[in-house]
Amino acid sequence: MANSDRQVAVKFETVSKRYGTFTALKQVSLDIFDNEFFTLLGPSGCGKTTLLRSIAGFEDIQDGAIRLFGEDIAELPPNKRSVNTVFQNYALFPHMDVTENVMFGLRMLGTSEAEARKRAQEVLDLVQLQSFADRMPNQLSGGQQQRVALARALAPNPRVLLLDEPLSALDLKLRQAVRLELQELQKDTGITFIFVTHDQEEALTMSDRIAVINAGEVQQVGNAREIYEEPNNAFVASFIGETNLIKVDVGEPQDGKVAATLPGGVQLNCSAAVGAHAGSGHLSIRPERVNFCPLDKANLTGTVQRVVYLGTDMQVEVAIQSGQTINARVQNTQMAVIPSIGETVGMQLDAAAARVLGA
Amino acid sequence: MAARLDLRRFPGFLPITWLCLVLLYAPLIVVMVYSFNDSNSVTLWGGFTLRWYVEVFTGPEAPKFKAAALNSLAIAISAAIVATTIATAAATAMLRSGQFRGKSVSFVLINLPLMVPEIVTAVASLVFFSAIGFQAGYLTILVAHIVFCIPFAYLPIAARMQGIEGAYEQAAQDLYATKWQTFRLILLPLMAPGIMSGFLLAFIISLDDFIITNFVKGAGIETLPTAIFGSVKQGIKPNIMAISTLLLLVSVVLVTVSYLLGRKGQTTPTNKGT
Ligand SMILES: Nc1ncnc2c1ncn2[C@@H]1O[C@H](COP(=O)(O)OP(=O)(O)OP(=O)(O)O)[C@@H](O)[C@H]1O
Ligand SMILES: [Mg+2]
Repeated sequence: MANSDRQVAVKFETVSKRYGTFTALKQVSLDIFDNEFFTLLGPSGCGKTTLLRSIAGFEDIQDGAIRLFGEDIAELPPNKRSVNTVFQNYALFPHMDVTENVMFGLRMLGTSEAEARKRAQEVLDLVQLQSFADRMPNQLSGGQQQRVALARALAPNPRVLLLDEPLSALDLKLRQAVRLELQELQKDTGITFIFVTHDQEEALTMSDRIAVINAGEVQQVGNAREIYEEPNNAFVASFIGETNLIKVDVGEPQDGKVAATLPGGVQLNCSAAVGAHAGSGHLSIRPERVNFCPLDKANLTGTVQRVVYLGTDMQVEVAIQSGQTINARVQNTQMAVIPSIGETVGMQLDAAAARVLGA
Repeated sequence: MAARLDLRRFPGFLPITWLCLVLLYAPLIVVMVYSFNDSNSVTLWGGFTLRWYVEVFTGPEAPKFKAAALNSLAIAISAAIVATTIATAAATAMLRSGQFRGKSVSFVLINLPLMVPEIVTAVASLVFFSAIGFQAGYLTILVAHIVFCIPFAYLPIAARMQGIEGAYEQAAQDLYATKWQTFRLILLPLMAPGIMSGFLLAFIISLDDFIITNFVKGAGIETLPTAIFGSVKQGIKPNIMAISTLLLLVSVVLVTVSYLLGRKGQTTPTNKGT
């Protein structure tokens, strides 16, 4: 990708944030491009909200710098940053109706009353809430409140929009519909969206790029395919989707390729993550990339421990020589041959999908 | 559910509650009932009349009570306005300036006057005013009232402010509002019920005050409570009961309004209806 010629909207330069002795952000460096749907993904408490709030101006950072379109924003108060936020619990002003909520930012910027009203109508159209313009926030459902919060943040036409888990209060159906709408909205407006979630499916389906964060550190940045198929380390591999981490002997990596010796002695030529090194290491392979095969063609063998019905799939748990358990997925079709418990089975690991991870 | 299965039920406490209520309200009820008594005696019932109420407004003592009532009203309104303003500023400083040195001490100091015996405050005010050479008069009453009304105004205002999430103010600033605009357009309207409630409480406290007023008022200036006390010293007449009943009515109405505002305040800002 030609990332180097794209304009950087938000740049984190070795940013650290401490609360007392607790470090919430550790040396975070990150480039978020203009006109990009960028997602911060990580488990609860990893620092996503802290990262977002430091862009909005609600948290002081101790080290490093945050640049907004090149400008260091350390000294700018929140009301001087061309950034708007959709808050996790929406924070709609309870004493103003929907239109007044949406007009608030424009009024503060000194836009004329007529123009502000027109713009409010425009964005309310955009989020399909025209008919709710005169309601008070407590007369709206959660989904409607979420749209008002979105409209309010979009109205002043910010350069960057921050969204802190805006979908977490919605039910599954609505959440899926709003995902698509948000994605379209981002493309239509051209505004940089920085979206926070701890839901990996949400992140994978919506984002141009994703930053996976754990314990205040960026683990990996990439698009959905890269994050899923080319994880850098064990955290990313197991946080995004399911994976098997098999202990292997690793050879010397060369050009992103490496030979890994599986338990049982078979060598597999697979891709190597940045940071993979010779010695003992971990090989990651997704359950759907483990296929059963006749014993003579297998590169790994074991005994079936358990078979779990998952609806579209069956999950088969196999104990291999080293004592580790491998999960495999078999599609639940009529032709499928499902091994039975206690059976000795051969497995073929898809070398193209196997990856030796960094530390 | 059967009563004996209700674990939260402690038999025997109901009579005690009744006893408390009787002790609290019996004197008030006696005064209210006898204010309608058509007899010059304050103890013997002589039939129903409204004449004591008529006498309050037209009788020989009417001009004195009228002047006193106007004084009380003017002082209560001014004292409540100033005390509420100061209390609002104090609550904002205490609850919206982050952590500062002496925060908890300040909190105690603001509320301590509620626990100081009123007579002590009264004597202290008197001593203080004469020490700085203040002539006893309207001004001394007003200043004293403002001061002792502040903690009463502070309590509902601070309670209300504590219930307002910081997220609203952050949202406002995120939407380009300055600190002052945030205060004026977001915090103040959200606090309005608390401020109203604090104002009414301060107003009532000032209107009803006797001890401090009696100490710091100048000769010849009377508020309603001191005028009533002056009258009573010459013997209790039924028209005093009529005035007291009227005053009670005003208090009950205002306290009720204040309570309702406070309750409304508790439900509005957190109602997110998800
Ligand atoms: N004011 C604070 N004082 C001390 N620690 C804090 C403070 N705010 C946040 N933290 C800590 O910083 C860490 C990161 O918090 P943050 O709110 O950014 O997490 P998050 O990734 O948004 O989590 P979630 O998904 O649960 O919202 C947490 O461990 C939290 O306990
Ligand atoms: Mg969060």
